[in-house]
Amino acid sequence: MAPSPSSLPTAISSLLLLLLLAAAVSVYSSSPVLEGGIRVVSAEKRIDLTGSIVKVFLTLKVENAAAAPEASQVLLAFTPTEFERLAIVKAARAEGRRKKKMYIPHAVKASDLAAAPNGHRLYSVLLSSALKSAEVTTLEVFYVLTHSLEPFPAEITQSDPQLVYYRDSAVLLSPYHVLEQTTYLKMPSNRVESFTRVDPTSRTGTEVKYGTYYDQLPNSYVPILVHYENNYPFAVVEELVRKVEISHWGNVQITEQYKLRHGGARHKGVFSRLEYQSRPSISGLSSFKNLLARLPPRVHSVYYRDEIGNISSSHLRSDSHKSELEIEPRYPLFGGWHCTFTIGYGLPLQDFVLESDDGRRYTNLTFGCPLLDTVVDDLTIKVVLPEGSKNPQAVVPFVVEQHVETSYSYLDVVGRTTVVLKKKNVVGEHNVPFQVYYEFKPIFMLAEPLMLISAVFLFFVACIAYLHMDLSIRKS
Amino acid sequence: MATAALDFLPAPLRSLRLKTKQQELLLRVSALALIYVLAFAVRLFSVLRYESMIHEFDPYFNYRTTLFLSEHGFSEFWNWFDSESWYPLGRVVGGTLFPGLMVTAALLHRLLRALSLAVHIREVCVLTAPFFAANTTLVAYAFGREIWDSGAGLVAAALIAICPGYISRSVAGSYDNEGVAIFALLLTFYFFVRAVNTGSLAWALASAFGYFYMVSAWGGYVFIINLLPLYVLVLLVTGRYSQRLYVAYNCMYVLGMLLAMQIRFVGFQHVQSGEHMAAMGVFFLLQVFFFLDWVKYLLNDARLFKSFLRITLTCVITVGALALGIGTASGYISPWTGRFYSLLDPTYAKDHIPIIASVSEHQPTAWSSFMFDFHILLFLFPAGLYFCFKRLSDATIFIVMYGLTSMYFAGVMVRLILVAAPAVCLISAIAASATIKNLTTLVRTKSKSPQTASGKATGSKAAAKGAVDQSLPFQHNAAIALLLGAFYLLSRYAVHCTWVTSEAYSSPSIVLAARGHNGGRVIFDDYREAYYWLRQNTPPDAKIMSWWDYGYQITAMGNRTVIVDNNTWNNTHIATVGRAMSSYEDEAYEIMQSLDVNYVLVVFGGVTGYSSDDINKFLWMVRIGGGVFPVIKEPDYLVNGEYRIDKGAAPKMLNCLMYKLCYYRFGELTTEYGKPPGYDRVRGVEIGNKDIKLEYLEEAFTTSNWIVRIYKVKPPKNRS
Repeated sequence: MAPSPSSLPTAISSLLLLLLLAAAVSVYSSSPVLEGGIRVVSAEKRIDLTGSIVKVFLTLKVENAAAAPEASQVLLAFTPTEFERLAIVKAARAEGRRKKKMYIPHAVKASDLAAAPNGHRLYSVLLSSALKSAEVTTLEVFYVLTHSLEPFPAEITQSDPQLVYYRDSAVLLSPYHVLEQTTYLKMPSNRVESFTRVDPTSRTGTEVKYGTYYDQLPNSYVPILVHYENNYPFAVVEELVRKVEISHWGNVQITEQYKLRHGGARHKGVFSRLEYQSRPSISGLSSFKNLLARLPPRVHSVYYRDEIGNISSSHLRSDSHKSELEIEPRYPLFGGWHCTFTIGYGLPLQDFVLESDDGRRYTNLTFGCPLLDTVVDDLTIKVVLPEGSKNPQAVVPFVVEQHVETSYSYLDVVGRTTVVLKKKNVVGEHNVPFQVYYEFKPIFMLAEPLMLISAVFLFFVACIAYLHMDLSIRKS
Repeated sequence: MATAALDFLPAPLRSLRLKTKQQELLLRVSALALIYVLAFAVRLFSVLRYESMIHEFDPYFNYRTTLFLSEHGFSEFWNWFDSESWYPLGRVVGGTLFPGLMVTAALLHRLLRALSLAVHIREVCVLTAPFFAANTTLVAYAFGREIWDSGAGLVAAALIAICPGYISRSVAGSYDNEGVAIFALLLTFYFFVRAVNTGSLAWALASAFGYFYMVSAWGGYVFIINLLPLYVLVLLVTGRYSQRLYVAYNCMYVLGMLLAMQIRFVGFQHVQSGEHMAAMGVFFLLQVFFFLDWVKYLLNDARLFKSFLRITLTCVITVGALALGIGTASGYISPWTGRFYSLLDPTYAKDHIPIIASVSEHQPTAWSSFMFDFHILLFLFPAGLYFCFKRLSDATIFIVMYGLTSMYFAGVMVRLILVAAPAVCLISAIAASATIKNLTTLVRTKSKSPQTASGKATGSKAAAKGAVDQSLPFQHNAAIALLLGAFYLLSRYAVHCTWVTSEAYSSPSIVLAARGHNGGRVIFDDYREAYYWLRQNTPPDAKIMSWWDYGYQITAMGNRTVIVDNNTWNNTHIATVGRAMSSYEDEAYEIMQSLDVNYVLVVFGGVTGYSSDDINKFLWMVRIGGGVFPVIKEPDYLVNGEYRIDKGAAPKMLNCLMYKLCYYRFGELTTEYGKPPGYDRVRGVEIGNKDIKLEYLEEAFTTSNWIVRIYKVKPPKNRS
């Protein structure tokens, strides 16, 4: 419906107003991006492509412009794909030189600013001390990308090596002006099929160097593609449920249910046991047949089983610092093959459940997955507190989804309070301690033994009563 | 003795002193409790040595159905159509199984859950058989007390607790129908004998319910429904007919039959099948007997009654014969089944039903396995029969008949040793108990006689006899020696049973254990490796073709559809698989295409020396296949009647599907040092065809010790 002529000027003026408002909002929202006059003096990006996950080490030398106000944060930009695959971002400030070098960590949080172009997502590094004008600081940023290596060809036979693609940008994606920058890619071997050239580009052995590039505008992106051989086992835990059951009688029982997949190039055609056994150096290079789990020290009653029973191929080595459990799935895993299994173990209570100053108790367990070099797509940790626990509170150093539920186990009447923590995309760097605080009265420990005692007692009373009663109708 | 020891105690404590009767009760109860625990504990070897797992083949089906039952409830279970087995036919599970075992385990599981014991259903299934074996000892005690005395009952309980013949089917993990059926069988018999002894309707009712449980649990109930009428007949013939018998049998038969009809798998067989006709005949006979008795009482005239008897008997026999004849001719009464025939005639199966004959547990029993499973019971059994005949009563006649008939069946089929075991234990217990009792009486009287030689009048009859009978000079010593001998034998029995249980009957047969070079235990877990691979890495609707032995395991552990399984209800279907296995690859491919087969699984022991593999079973496949499809001829696979796989083997053998699948690329493998490549360690020969090419199949998976090999059937080629 067309607006009537009389209302046209008002319509135009309101439209103008709207536009102005929008501009103001956009200026307002984009202003933190351009906060002060931060620019990157020099940047070095080292990408480690040797494993199944991509680790990126970024060294940024950041300078605040002379006339700019203090800057409290530095922004990092990621493409939407990267953002989805990003498992963890850490940043630190390097201080001192050479051997006295110290790293002081900065807090990093996902920035909710949606103003970056091309849908880029931002993380902001909150500087522990604000950057004054004309000051320079060096940031060490470390982040991990999962599922970023795409096997190509996507299907390989038993005798083929596994080739993967890695996609990134030659220049640093940054909301700031970058004066000088280099990118290094480290491959596991010097068998590199191809890589994009963005001059100057050079390759020495297992390393490809992009740069040095000068004077890059903000948000510049030059896509590169590397195709290389990577036979590292691509173990992916699609789903992991860790259940921690605490018994104040002296045991912490952990049960971990794994759903494992080989996330590399899919296996096609024949699997020949003969080839696999007799020519291990050329057959099934990207397959793997064992995994290493690092468990806490003093672990006991370890078991390793699946839906159809015990799996007899596992070894436990333990010393006073750690225990290592080497597990072999029932069959070697080739690309695309699945296997599920359960690991369970007990831990001494006094090592992991402590009493805090305010009288509450807390568990001090490690987050993440004990399997080394794996990605966990979907991690659930259930901390089952003993019956009668109250007010649970979980303290985890990063964002997790959490809720409380009730679970039932042996001889439970009211059920056990269970704290459920969920996180997606978990890597080895997430293996840090987390705490669950709760209130517990020791008298509850006696509930179950007393129940059993009274049951046995009642049984004997019933027996005595039966023996002393004459239930027959006839008088004998 | 105990009273003397307590004499020095202060007065308040002395009131705790037990009377002799109470002492006896305490001893009996504690002995029974110990036996109960022992019966349970001795069956746990396999759990301790391996793990808590289901054994063998059939138990895997039972486990799978129990899982289904506990997850979906009884109604769904009862109406379950299983499309995962017998593809493409499927199987009406609810109507083709005995649900007793599954229902029992599911109820136990629910009970434990209700007591908030969070046990997994698998643990319940694993421990069901030992639990029921322990319960059987209680029944054996009660039964022994009923037919002899409580001493014999205790001995019977102890003997049956560790009898290898029974343990073989009731170790932890052997989750099979027999596990609960033997309990039900003995319970039914006990209640029935008790009903015959007391004439009480309540016991007869209990017996009917025991029978119902037995029918719901195992096909062996046919033994009960034939033994009881036989027993009644014998009592009638020997002139031991009584009102008690009439009440017991009629109530048990009528109610038991009606209850049994509720089991879908059994249905109306009680009135329609030839195997159940004896019970019905005896039922009518009893009515005639009762009627005649009544008439005799009314007439009170021997001559009149005699003529009446003649008329009635002719009438009854004519009517009975006519009914049977018409029933059989019209097909209303089905003839005896092959299995039943093979029990009466041990050679029947061998000639007519290869599928029954191919199972090792259906073979006639060797003497050695009698000795292995019964040990000293084999010698005590005749002695017990002697004691029974000496003190003949309704109850002892029953146990004698049970013993003799079941012994015969045990001789026909290895697995039926199980049915004989309770009878043998009971009869042997009578022998052992009676002998030891007599000997101890002798020992006691002799030791007392010097002190109170004259005041012997108070002694029992036997003791008095012993005191009088002074002519035997070494009687006392001989009695002691014999007593020691008896104890020695019994202790040997205990040792033997433990040894047999631990060595022979506690292996899960899914996991194979062997001694390594350095004496350590080597575990071959290839079956589960393969099944788990199938479960995880094949499409969920994949159809697996294998010989029927592995059907249940593949569906239970691999969770995939199979063509045939251990429920050998369709001989043609099994023969089709046998035919595919024994045909050339291209012919087999057509059969496999028609059955939608995606994977073929074979078991091969040539690398490890595992002898019960498919090559050793292959002749049965040929026989069963040839029984339906005459194109398969056994002589084609033999050379001069000899089964060979080396260079001298028959050409058909060397190129049939089974041979190719087992030995594919085996010719390149060196199995034993100093032997040529392709040396089969089971057959001990070098294989004859080392250059095997597969055209329509490709190797999909081979387990680490080559025991299970899985091949993928390639899709048909595009038409060009």
